[in-house]
Amino acid sequence: MIQSAKIAVIGDKDSILAFKAVGVEVFSANNVFETNNILRKLAKENYGVIFITEDIAALVPDTLDKLKDRPTPAVIPIPSSQGATGFGMAGIKKDVERAIGVDILFNK
Amino acid sequence: MARLAVNPTRMELRRLKDRLKTAQRGHKLLKDKSDEMIRQFMNYVRQNKQLREEIEDELRRALQKFMFAGAMRPVQEIEQALAMPSYKVDVSIGTKNVMGVDVPDISITPSASNELLPYNFVSTSAETDEAIITISNLIEKMLKLAEIEKTCNMLANEIEKNRRRVNALEYVVIPQLEETIKYIVMKLDENERANLIRLMKVKTMIENR
Repeated sequence: MIQSAKIAVIGDKDSILAFKAVGVEVFSANNVFETNNILRKLAKENYGVIFITEDIAALVPDTLDKLKDRPTPAVIPIPSSQGATGFGMAGIKKDVERAIGVDILFNK
Repeated sequence: MARLAVNPTRMELRRLKDRLKTAQRGHKLLKDKSDEMIRQFMNYVRQNKQLREEIEDELRRALQKFMFAGAMRPVQEIEQALAMPSYKVDVSIGTKNVMGVDVPDISITPSASNELLPYNFVSTSAETDEAIITISNLIEKMLKLAEIEKTCNMLANEIEKNRRRVNALEYVVIPQLEETIKYIVMKLDENERANLIRLMKVKTMIENR
């Protein structure tokens, strides 16, 4: 079963402007409510991949967790124009801990 | 461990022995599945980490370049230039089966238009063009990351569920069954001995008469 889907980017104004140029749909969000609303709306529609900037993703961990177990959409944190905050890496770390019990990938 | 509330009969004993056999086989199978899932998960997660490191670095640089480019001109001008993108990226999503988990298989659908920069070159700087081309090339890699990261999420969830099943069998179901079987065997043996003694008593009573 192959279906076509859209890509979306959610983030602050500076970060998303660049993505608009390459033909990805962009949504600007600044606070928790806006982000939650946009995420919920996009999850219901035909979006396959949603990129969300890390600083905004950090505001809505609950909504992200809810979307984690569904095949679509894949919500992926990306660094904003201010640089990476480590939120995305923390997500991978959390996965490893969930699956194996201890973190054996980032042993620092 | 509490034993099950059953009557100590031969029929129950036979039924419980069958159940124990099934439970042990299921436990072994689930444990093997868990091992294999963890092995595959580790492969994916290593890829995920490497890809994310690369993308975080490249994307940060591209976005910064874009921001500098934007800083040299009025914001409105840039926004105006990018307001109507001529290029459109879509993806097609299939599903792939990894150890019984349906994970997305994302591939990029080529756009109809091949004109990437939708504006005239007078109002924007060369840095803007460069940043946009870089990001455009990055999109494919980002989709790969999306696919792998989603796979990791779902595998982690499945591994957790599977481990719960294995533990329930290993620490609850199997000990319970074993204990109940032991109880029934002992009860049956006890009945057997009681019966034997009764017969011997009756025999001596008849002989003494």
